[in-house]
Amino acid sequence: MIENVLELAGVAKRYDAVVAVDALDLRLQTGEFLTLLGPSGSGKTTTLMMVAGLQQPDAGTILLNGAPVTRLPPYRRDIGMVFQSYALFPHMTVRRNVAFPLEMRGLPKAEIARLVDEALALVKLPDHGDRLPKQLSGGQQQRVALARAMVYRPALLLMDEPLGALDKKLREQLQLEIKRVHRERGISVLYVTHDQEEALTMSDRIAVFNQGRIEQIGAPEDLYDRPATRFVASFIGDTNLLPGRSLGTSAGLCDVETAGGRLRAAVRAPIAPGVGVVVAVRPERLVVRPEGEGLSGTIVDVIFLGTARKYVVRLADGTECIALRQVSDPPLDLGNASVRVSWDIAHATAFEA
Amino acid sequence: MEARLRLDRKAWLLLPAALTIGVAFLLPVGWLLSRAFTDPQPGFQNFELLWQRPVYMRVMGNTLWIAAIVTPVTVLLAFPVAHLMAHGSPQMRRWLIFLVLVPFWTSLLVRAFATAILLQRHGVINSFLLGFGIVEEPLPLLYNITGLLAGCVQVLLPFVIFPLYSSMARIDPAYMRAASTLGASPVRSFFRVYLPLTLPGLVTGATLVFVSTLGYYIIPAMLGGARQQMIAQLIQDQIATFGNWGVAGALSIVLLGATAVLLLLLQLTVGLKEIAR
Repeated sequence: MIENVLELAGVAKRYDAVVAVDALDLRLQTGEFLTLLGPSGSGKTTTLMMVAGLQQPDAGTILLNGAPVTRLPPYRRDIGMVFQSYALFPHMTVRRNVAFPLEMRGLPKAEIARLVDEALALVKLPDHGDRLPKQLSGGQQQRVALARAMVYRPALLLMDEPLGALDKKLREQLQLEIKRVHRERGISVLYVTHDQEEALTMSDRIAVFNQGRIEQIGAPEDLYDRPATRFVASFIGDTNLLPGRSLGTSAGLCDVETAGGRLRAAVRAPIAPGVGVVVAVRPERLVVRPEGEGLSGTIVDVIFLGTARKYVVRLADGTECIALRQVSDPPLDLGNASVRVSWDIAHATAFEA
Repeated sequence: MEARLRLDRKAWLLLPAALTIGVAFLLPVGWLLSRAFTDPQPGFQNFELLWQRPVYMRVMGNTLWIAAIVTPVTVLLAFPVAHLMAHGSPQMRRWLIFLVLVPFWTSLLVRAFATAILLQRHGVINSFLLGFGIVEEPLPLLYNITGLLAGCVQVLLPFVIFPLYSSMARIDPAYMRAASTLGASPVRSFFRVYLPLTLPGLVTGATLVFVSTLGYYIIPAMLGGARQQMIAQLIQDQIATFGNWGVAGALSIVLLGATAVLLLLLQLTVGLKEIAR
């Protein structure tokens, strides 16, 4: 078995003057669930379209199972694709839709019937075969689209914001369904979304896109706990950004002077003294206490979230930061009470501003 | 439900149009059709005559045959135009709609004459062909099946282009992309996905063309020959030349009947609801 089912090398695409994707390198391991995450216009969908063959790169090569497919049309690539709009053929029943790719491959009738049954069972719609797409709900249509895209066991399954048109509850349910199908079939998946929660829930690895480039690629925990850039820190999850000035770096830790006092934070590369920085800390990593070490501030708002309480703390210099505390922790008072805000150095990261 | 009630209360708005159609169309047509059974005396003698005289059967056969040729030719010519209109750039779409509509602003008579000028023995096309030495003798293009086809097709093209366009414009381009990723070559995705989705518009357009051709008068009279005489010309002859209202009425009933049968067949196969969608 080939280790990388998909390999992109130096792939670039521009629309007129706008660079959509810029010299992109990407590898997808066989059996892996890799998500391209980014805001709209960051190049993630363009990348997916080039892998599908629906768009042509201006430069670079695309290898599928080790063979170059850069110039092949979609129907000669061993891929399956699920679209945000489902794109089920409206004049065909569910069965005919799922059978379509098998008929294109010239499989015998009995084999087609068997595989279609199996695929519909996999997406838990075994009794809906004779309906037309318009007789199904959005969630059901997307399951049929999933069954259709993988019934012929393509080397790689591409998914373009497949849950974008569904409401939140259904979306979360289908995320788990897709995860299950991925696990049961061991299929390689390249998934595109702008929803960071969805990416964190589903992926083995996430590639964060920004302005046509990959800012960082890694496991969800890596991206969340050790963001490489300020963009990744603020795009994935909620984060506090405290402005300050570097006082110098030693042993991977940077001393930072902020309006509220001095603090230390981890850095990827040394930051010279005097350079403006921001320090990123996750709300759940902030420790708020009535007294002790840390930056001083006042609580200006408390929001009850059910599982946690969210505290808005205004620091001495006027910066507001957010802290999350479990509901089981004793509540803190709102108003004039002065508090101290601190965190474990390992959970703070500094970036050049 | 509510919408229906509101419609019913405003039904009187239909009155002027209904009156006009009633007095100016239904009454005289009904009168003409009834003459088939009453003129010169009550009975079915006019229909027996249609059956007995070979000229009537020949003309009716002609009419069906011509409509059966005009329809596929028109559909084939309209298809690429409608496709460009539906999937081309907005600018392309505006131009095509304009160009297809232009003939509607011109009288049918003028268009028939224009076609005659193009096709006649020393007309534009023959002069071109002779001038470039492509033919030795002028081709007989007018007063025969060629002239008739050219006339019918050019007049009827918009009636296929617009319904086809409206079907095609509703086809989500994602269907074709999906078909491609699922392993369908362009040719196969055309026949398996695109063409079936254009069927409602295609059938509507084809029906309009077929039914219109059955009743055409000016085009066959001006561009066709004696051998392409069609049923409407026969009706005109019976009334204007022979004052034979009974036979004219009987021919009209046959024409109406053929149209009704066709629409019924269509209803049973494709479903008019599907067409109206």
